[in-house]
Amino acid sequence: MSPFWIMMTVLALAVLGYFLGAARARGAVGGDIRRLHSRPVYYGWNAAIATAAPALLVLLVLMLALPLLAGEAGPGASWLPGGAALLVAAVGLALALARTTPQYRARAMVERAIKVALIGCSLIAIATTVGIVLSLVFESIHFFQLYPWQAFFFGTEWTPSFGGGSELGMLPLLWGTLYISFIALLVSVPIGLFAAIYMSEYATPRVRSVAKPLIEVLAGIPTIVYGLFALVTVGPLLRDWLAAPLGFGNSGSSVMTAGLVMGIMLIPFVSSLSDDIINAVPQSLRDGSLALGSTPSETIRQVVLPAALPGIVGAVLLAASRAIGETMIVVLGAGAMARFSLDPFEAMTTITVKIVGQLTGDNDFSSPETLVAFALGLTLFVMTLALNVLALYVVRKYREQYE
Amino acid sequence: MTDVPSDLPKRVGAPARKSLLTPDTRTKRRNAAESRFKVYGILAILVALLALVFLLFTIIRDGSGAFRQTFISIPVTIEASVVDPKGNRDPAEMAGTLTMSYGALLEQSLTNWVEQNDIRIEGLTEADLASFFSAQARADLRNRVLANPELVGQTVETPALAASRIDGMFKGRVTRESAAIDNRTSVAQYDLAEAMRDRGALATRFNWDFITRPDASDNRPEAAGLGVAILGSAYMMLIVLVLALPIGVATSIYLEEFAPKNRLTDLIEINISNLAAVPSIVFGILGLAAFINFMGLPRSAPIVGGLVLTLMTLPTIIISTRAALKAVPPSIRDAALGVGASKMQTVFHHVLPLAMPGILTGTIIGLAQALGETAPLLLIGMVAFVTTYPAAPPEGFFDAASALPVQVYNWTQRADSAFFERASGAIIVLLAFLFAMNVLAIVLRRRFERRW
Amino acid sequence: MRLSERSVDTQGQPIKFSCRDVQVYYGDKHAIKDVSVELQDKTVTAFIGPSGCGKSTFLRCLNRMNDTIDIARVEGAMLLDGEDIYDRRVDPVQLRARVGMVFQKPNPFPKSIYDNVAYGPRIHGLSRNKAELDEIVEKALRGAALWNEVKDRLGESGTGLSGGQQQRLCIARAVATSPEVLLMDEPCSALDPIATAQVEELIDQLCQDYSVVIVTHSMQQAARVSQKTAFFHLGNLVEYADTDDIFTRPRDPRTESYISGRIG
Repeated sequence: MSPFWIMMTVLALAVLGYFLGAARARGAVGGDIRRLHSRPVYYGWNAAIATAAPALLVLLVLMLALPLLAGEAGPGASWLPGGAALLVAAVGLALALARTTPQYRARAMVERAIKVALIGCSLIAIATTVGIVLSLVFESIHFFQLYPWQAFFFGTEWTPSFGGGSELGMLPLLWGTLYISFIALLVSVPIGLFAAIYMSEYATPRVRSVAKPLIEVLAGIPTIVYGLFALVTVGPLLRDWLAAPLGFGNSGSSVMTAGLVMGIMLIPFVSSLSDDIINAVPQSLRDGSLALGSTPSETIRQVVLPAALPGIVGAVLLAASRAIGETMIVVLGAGAMARFSLDPFEAMTTITVKIVGQLTGDNDFSSPETLVAFALGLTLFVMTLALNVLALYVVRKYREQYE
Repeated sequence: MTDVPSDLPKRVGAPARKSLLTPDTRTKRRNAAESRFKVYGILAILVALLALVFLLFTIIRDGSGAFRQTFISIPVTIEASVVDPKGNRDPAEMAGTLTMSYGALLEQSLTNWVEQNDIRIEGLTEADLASFFSAQARADLRNRVLANPELVGQTVETPALAASRIDGMFKGRVTRESAAIDNRTSVAQYDLAEAMRDRGALATRFNWDFITRPDASDNRPEAAGLGVAILGSAYMMLIVLVLALPIGVATSIYLEEFAPKNRLTDLIEINISNLAAVPSIVFGILGLAAFINFMGLPRSAPIVGGLVLTLMTLPTIIISTRAALKAVPPSIRDAALGVGASKMQTVFHHVLPLAMPGILTGTIIGLAQALGETAPLLLIGMVAFVTTYPAAPPEGFFDAASALPVQVYNWTQRADSAFFERASGAIIVLLAFLFAMNVLAIVLRRRFERRW
Repeated sequence: MRLSERSVDTQGQPIKFSCRDVQVYYGDKHAIKDVSVELQDKTVTAFIGPSGCGKSTFLRCLNRMNDTIDIARVEGAMLLDGEDIYDRRVDPVQLRARVGMVFQKPNPFPKSIYDNVAYGPRIHGLSRNKAELDEIVEKALRGAALWNEVKDRLGESGTGLSGGQQQRLCIARAVATSPEVLLMDEPCSALDPIATAQVEELIDQLCQDYSVVIVTHSMQQAARVSQKTAFFHLGNLVEYADTDDIFTRPRDPRTESYISGRIG
C-alpha cells in the first residue's frame, strides 16, 4: 500500500471514530445529552483525533526515518510505517471509545489537541529557519573540506571548471553584487523618497488615490518580468544610446542595466516604507515649523526628514537587502562574467547569478564546483539577515520614539 | 525673575518691517526653492509611472504576437503509398511510418499548389519549400492520420503550422532584407509567402495552441506553448493554498489569541519577520537540500515547488491574517466569553468568521506573489525541458512540470530570437493571472469590508 | 490681588489686528460666524469659551495656519497693521514670521536646544554670522526665562527637557524670529501648576514687546494674565471687553452663565 492510501485509511478510521464516539456518548446517557459533560460532537472529535493524530505522526516519522535505516533493515521493511500507523490508529480508536463516558471532559481534550496543533503550526516558522541554516551549513562544511575557505572568501579569481583546477574566489561576485545594489539604491532611494514625500505632504487626496496604487503596481510585478525587461528592452537601449556612442563598450548586459531595472523595482518598496515612516512624524512638529514661517519644503528638509531619518535608514537597509538577494533581474540583465571593474557598462556577475549557475542542470554533489553554491548561499543569507535584523531594530527604535 | 539684561540691544536681527503685500527677495528665493522641491516630487512620481507604462508597453508590444500564429491552408493529399505501405489501415502498423515521411507529403502538396497557382519565383529551391512548414506540422499531421486512419488516400485542407521565419514575416520580425542574410530562410521563401497570402493560403489567426500546447524544442519556436507551465503553476498554487492557508491561519490564531508573552513567542515572531525578508533564492537552496537531496522527492515536481513556495508565502499570509484578527474588536470576544463560550469556541465561532474576508484577501495576495516567483524554482529543476503534461493530482504532483515564470526564463535562454516573443507572451499570460487575482482580492475587500 | 496690580494702561496702545465679519467654514460646517474684533499692540488678549466654541479656530486664522487644512475656508477681512493677511499677494511664510505661534502641546524639534531656537532666524536669514546668531539665541532664551537653565547644555536635544522647559523652549523659538504678535493656543494645558506659573509670568513680560493672544480654557488664567478678554460661544464672539469688566460686570447673560460655571 502506498503512503497515500494508508493515510486515506487512517482518515477513514478517524471518520468512523467520529460517529462511533458521538453515538457512544449519546448511548451512555440514553439520549439525554444534558447529562454529558460536553456536547456529543466533542466526543466524536475526541475519538477522531485520538485515531488520526498519533497514527499520522508515526507514519510521518517512520517514513522520514526509513531511508536512514534502510541500510540495516533492508527493503523488506517498507511495510513497517504503514503497518505501524494502522496499528496505532486502531489502538487510538479503541482507547478513545473506551474512555467515552458522560463524565469524560471531551471538550477540554479536543481543545487541548487543537491548541497543540496551533503551536505545531507556529513552530513551522522556526523549523524553516533551522532548515535553511542546516542545509546551508552542512553543504558549506562539505565544500570547505574540498576547497580552502581562505581561497573562497579572499580569492579574486572565479573560474570554475568541472574538470578540476577551479578558482572559486568570492570577491569578484561580491563586488558585482554590491556595485549593482549600489546603483539600484542610487535610482530607487531618491525617486522613492521624493515620491513618498510628495504623496504624503503635497498631493491632494485625489492625486494620492490614483498615483499610490499605480506605483504599488510596480511592486506586484514579478521579478522575472523586470528581468525580461532588462534583457530585451533596457539592455539594448542603454547599449545603443549611451554605452556605444560614448565608447563604453557594447554589452547589453551590464551593471547599469541590472542596477537601473532593479532600481525601478525597488521604487515602490522604498516609497511605501518611507511613506509610513514620514506619516509617523507627528503633525505637531510640522505645525511648529510652519508657524515659524518656514515653507513646506523647509519643514520637510529640516524638520520632518531629520526626525524620520532613522526610519528612512532602516528602509534603505531593507531595500539594500532586497537588492543583494535579488536574482532574476541580475541573471537576465547583468551577465555572467566575474570581474572587478568600475565601468558600469561592463557585464559583471553576482552571488545570486552564480548560485543559479552552479545549481541549475545536473549536479554532482561531491564536486566543489556545485557545493560552492551553498557557501555562496550561506554568505548571502548571513549578509541579508544582518541587514534585516539591523533594519528591523532601527525601525522599531524609531517607532517607539513617537509612541 | 527676569533675566533679560538691559545692555542687550532690543530686536537684534529684527527684520526690517515691510509691507506684507510685497514679497521680499529672500521670500521670493525661498518660494522658488519650494517650487523646485515640489517639482522634484512630481518628477519622481512621473518617472515611476513612466517606467511602469514603458515596461507594460514593451511587454505587450513584444508579446502580443505570441497569441497570433501563421497557418498554411492548402489541400494536402495523404498518399496511401507513403503513410500506409501495407494498405491495411492498421494504426499500429502505420505508426511505423516516420514523421519525416509526412514532411515529404506536406512538401509535395506545397509544390503542387505552387504549380497549380502558376507561381514563379526565382531561386525557389526544394529546401525552401520543405522548411516552409514547421517541424510540428508534420507531427500534427501524423497524429491526425493515426487517430483517424480513414483519412488515408484523401485530400484534406488542414491548417498547417508555418515555420517560425514565415510567421515572422507577418509579424514584422523578418523582412525581405533580413531574409537575404539569414541562412534559415531566403528571399524566395519571402516572396512565396507573400504570394500565398495574396491567394488566401496563408493566414495569421488567434493561437489557442500557445496557451494549451507544451513547450517545444529549440528549432520549432512556432509550436512552443504554455500548457505544461500553466498546469504546473496551477498544481503548485493548489498545494500552496491547501498548505499555507491552514498553517498560516493556525499560526496567526495562536500568536494573536493564545500565545503567552514568552521567549518562544518572541522567537516565533522574530523568525516570521525575518523569513519575510530572506531572499527567495535561499528558499530554493532549502528546497534542493531538504526536499530533494534529503527527503528524496523528485526533481522538477510541482510538489517540491509547492512546498518551497508554501514556506515562502507563509510569512505574507501570517502577517495579513494577524492584521485581520486584530481588526476584530475585543467587544465581540467579550460578548462570546460572556455567554460562557470557551476561548477556543470564541475564536472559531466568532472571531475567525469575521476575519475571513481579510484572511482571504491576504492569501490571494500571497498566492499572486508565489505565482510570479522564479528563482527558487530554477534550483529545484523546474527549468527542465518538459513536453508531457503531468497527470491528474495527486499523482501529478510528483510528475515533472514547468511553471509560468520559469518557462519565461527558459525561453530567454534559447538561441532563436523567436522565443523572445513567446517569453513576452508568457508574461502577458502571467500578468493576466496576477491581475485577475488582485482584482478578486480588491473585490473581496470591497464586498466584505466592515467598519466597526 | 494681581488683577489690580497689573492694570496696565492699554487704552493708548494702537490697534495691531483688526478683524471684520470673519467667517470660517470647515467643509459645510460654519465654525466662526461674523466675528469682528480689534486686538491691541503690547497687550495680552485672552480668548475664552467652552470647548468647540471656535476660539482656537479663530486664533489659527490670525497666522493662516488654517491654510494647512484643505477643507477650511476663511471669509471677511483680517488686517494686520492695515494690510489684509488673506490678500492674494500675501505670502503666509512672511506673515508667520511676524505672527508667531505656540501650541497646546510642547513640540520641540528633535534637534539640539540651540538649533531649535536658531531654526527660525536661520530660515528667515536674520543673522549675518555665527556671533549674531548666538546673540539672537541667547536673547530669545533669556526672553523665555530659560537661559539660566540650559546655557550649559545648548547642544543637548530639546526633547530631553521637562514639559515646562519644553514649552518655554517653544516660546523662545517663536520669540527668536522677533514677531510682532504671539499667538498661544492653550499653552499651559499640558503643564503642571509650577510650569504653568512660570509660563504665565513669562507672558506678563512678553507683552512689553509683543501683542500676545492667548486661548485658554481656564478662566482663572485669563483673569491672571490678560488685559482684554473675548468670550466665544458656538462660533460667535459674544463679548469683548477689558478683562476686569468681563469678569466683574459681564454684559451678556451667556458670558455671565459661563464665568459662573453654568455653561461650558
